[in-house]
Amino acid sequence: MKLLYFAWLRTKTGIGEEDIQPPEGVTSVNELIAWLKTRGTGYAEAFADLALVRVAVNQEYVRSDAPLAPGDEVAFFPPVTGGL
Amino acid sequence: MIRVQREDFDVGAELAGFAADRRDVGGIASFIGLVRDDGGDITAMTLEHYPGMTERQLASIEAEARRRWPLLDCLLIHRFGRLVPGDRIVLVATAATHRAAALESCQFLIDWLKTRAPFWKLEETSSGSTWVAAKDTDDATAERWRE
Repeated sequence: MKLLYFAWLRTKTGIGEEDIQPPEGVTSVNELIAWLKTRGTGYAEAFADLALVRVAVNQEYVRSDAPLAPGDEVAFFPPVTGGL
Repeated sequence: MIRVQREDFDVGAELAGFAADRRDVGGIASFIGLVRDDGGDITAMTLEHYPGMTERQLASIEAEARRRWPLLDCLLIHRFGRLVPGDRIVLVATAATHRAAALESCQFLIDWLKTRAPFWKLEETSSGSTWVAAKDTDDATAERWRE
């Protein structure tokens, strides 16, 4: 599974991109986030307030209860601010 | 057409070439977004985006505009990278037979782009760099287009 972090989530985790193998039992975005938070203080800080985090799976916006499959590209980022 | 690029664009050349091969266009509407120095202390703004998803989301916003209005052509150019106040960020242009479709769809495109295109802004001021938070007012502005 490929994970991507943008804007201040990237600053907190310290990386923009990583390939991971989540443990068995991680089958949704919620479960993935819960597991990521155990991986270090940077991750715990990045996901401390989930109201500030948006998620995309395979480049489409999803809700936090969305299911995950092996090989998915999962991106975490703050609410977007395109335009001007 | 959708373009996501680091380079600046020439507004005159883009609009002169836009829908230029058609004879059924009655009106073209355009919007140009610039980096604004809010509060007089912004030295630069770096736009980060999600390559791949950006193009996909812009294509879906364009498809939605074409579904709602009889557009003859549509152009979206969005820049990324480090920009300074006064620099152009975005160009939206729409072509239609009549003005209402061109004007309304142009406003719809820029409103939706703000809340859906995966861009983030890092603002540089004399006191350091901060990520710009999304505005609830942008969500409210986009929300009025909900069918």
